[in-house]
Amino acid sequence: MKELINYLADPIRSFPITCVLYFLMMKYYKVVGTKKFAWIAGTLFFITAGMFAMDPNFWLIITWPDNIPISILILSVGFLTWFTLYKCAENDKRIEAGECPIEALPENREKVWAWPNLVYTELFAIIAGTAFLIAWGILFDAPLEEPANPTWAPNPAKAPWYFLGLQEMLVYFDPWMAGVVLPGLILVGLIAIPYIDTNPKGNGYYTFTERKMAVSMFMFGWLVLWLYLIIVGTFLRGPNWTFYGPFEFWDFHKVVAEYNVNLSEFFWVFGLKQALPGNLIIRELPGIILTILYMGIPVALTFNSLNAIFQSIGESKNKFLNITMIAPAFKCLAGIPAFIEKTGYIRYYIYVYLAVIMAMLPVKMVLRWLFSLKYIIALPEWELNL
Amino acid sequence: MAEKGLAEKVRETQVWKSIFRHGPPNNARNRAAVVAGNVFLHLHPIKLKKSGVQLGYTWCMGGLTFFIFLALTVTGVLLMFYYRPTAEYAFNDIIALKEHVPLGIMREIHRWGAHAMVITVWLHMFRVFMTGSYKPPREFNWGVGVILLVLTLLLSFTGYLLPWDQLAIWAITVGSNMAKATPVMGHGGPGAMLMQIGDFVMVSDKNDVRFQLLAGRFVGEPALLRFYILHCVFIPLVVGVLIAIHFWRVRKDGGISAPL
Ligand code: HEM
Repeated sequence: MKELINYLADPIRSFPITCVLYFLMMKYYKVVGTKKFAWIAGTLFFITAGMFAMDPNFWLIITWPDNIPISILILSVGFLTWFTLYKCAENDKRIEAGECPIEALPENREKVWAWPNLVYTELFAIIAGTAFLIAWGILFDAPLEEPANPTWAPNPAKAPWYFLGLQEMLVYFDPWMAGVVLPGLILVGLIAIPYIDTNPKGNGYYTFTERKMAVSMFMFGWLVLWLYLIIVGTFLRGPNWTFYGPFEFWDFHKVVAEYNVNLSEFFWVFGLKQALPGNLIIRELPGIILTILYMGIPVALTFNSLNAIFQSIGESKNKFLNITMIAPAFKCLAGIPAFIEKTGYIRYYIYVYLAVIMAMLPVKMVLRWLFSLKYIIALPEWELNL
Repeated sequence: MAEKGLAEKVRETQVWKSIFRHGPPNNARNRAAVVAGNVFLHLHPIKLKKSGVQLGYTWCMGGLTFFIFLALTVTGVLLMFYYRPTAEYAFNDIIALKEHVPLGIMREIHRWGAHAMVITVWLHMFRVFMTGSYKPPREFNWGVGVILLVLTLLLSFTGYLLPWDQLAIWAITVGSNMAKATPVMGHGGPGAMLMQIGDFVMVSDKNDVRFQLLAGRFVGEPALLRFYILHCVFIPLVVGVLIAIHFWRVRKDGGISAPL
């Protein structure tokens, strides 16, 4: 059993599993968003967590003081994700029945006095928050290790936990992407959200049906690309940033055979059976062309001829295409001209480029796992590896 | 005439009346006066929509973030009385905080509070997204929020170095090594080699962004001082100003969002 969990936890398997679970959760959110589901899932969660905690290696990782916040984070995100889906499901059922969302009911629109309604809630929150912080401070000492020693680096050397998602990305990207470009784009993307999402619905109440695209993209980024990576980086990465299952002892001598190969080597050495060309640009040409093609996707999506194809796949009644969401996905793509018509080219390009660059992370992960691909463009001479 | 209760007697003293200029908040007029006449409470509107005060709607996460920020300011000031940001003293001062200072859990509260604030600010953003509260007219306030989120992370990050233990310097080393790879502006990043005129190297490890951040080529004493000032003075001031803007805009944008 423990072997199996250790085996499944490896990102090669746990990332697809997480994606599938996420997909199922959003697809059946009305089932997930019920109190019955919460009781069952909550009970199962605490029973498994209890069983996990009996394992000494697992216990070692979760009780490491600076990892406690992550346990709190997992619990609160788990609960609040369920809770939003619950609120969404509640409202969506009403909206589908032609009623208004709960927040718009007359009794909720009614104005109430800030004193006492709001002020007392805040007072309670302050007292609860103070009690919580004091209890946490008494129960757990703040960590303090040996005095700083610049000549001896601990292994693994980890960033603070909230940056471990970025550190985990270093497995797939060089620091200039994982540490600078991608975080920068996350911020730009976040700030851009209100200007890209022009859907006027769902302002001021919980709903999923009225803004499926926005909610599922945001929650994917937040739960899967951000939190899942933090969890992997914290709990499943040991010395040398190699993978360790949750029940595995952090053995410093674990050797992992890794031969990652650059695209240029695939192309010239394995494909054409010749030595790598001396000219850098020619050597990396396959990767450069692929990258340009990839970055051309947003432009290509606007072509009319492609649109007809999207339309026909999107309207297909094929069961397989519909269950796997391929048909609905194409239907979205077929909606691009209408989207541009409504919101303009600037919004379209900013939106789709952000999405395409965000998608580079999963794309690169899959390429790594399937082909042991290291870099698509490998120009260490220019510190430019992609 | 019935005997007046103690509370009523207190309310009638000149001292009390000089502080609180209105009667008990049990009627409409005084409830308005108590909120409008108090510098802290006047952050609130006098009346607001019921959906906006429900815990199920806001999760109180923005409020909790603000509360934790205040708690961190208070405990942080207490820590500053005992802490000296030099390689010689920093680590020992941290130990002394635990062993010699009465009520020695200030450091615990400060550290756990910092983690808690990161969590609550993420959850606040999650709730704001799920209620679609970034939609017009609140686009700008969402942007202010994103900057606050970054500053919260940076506050936590700069504070991580101050205990000057192994955890601290190596976490900051890992983090600041990323700055080295900044395109064009970091000496290990793509494009840095283009910044060269003849033999003159414009971007090197002695002047790139990582050097500016650490005031050196590695995490040493100058970095400690720099992080200390960023952590205790500069970032908190900026956060304070932005929180003021954030709250002001919540009010000006029509209060907590609600269906149109
Ligand atoms: C230091 C960090 C922050 C503090 C102290 C803070 C505080 C608050 C408070 C007290 C409110 C009132 C409603 C509530 O409690 O939910 C609020 C509302 C709001 N916050 Fe923040 N916030 C912070 C960060 C953020 C972030 C990261 C975002 C988003 C990226 C954000 C976006 C908003 C928006 C759009 C509103 C209006 C919500 C509505 O009308 O429903 N804030 N904030």
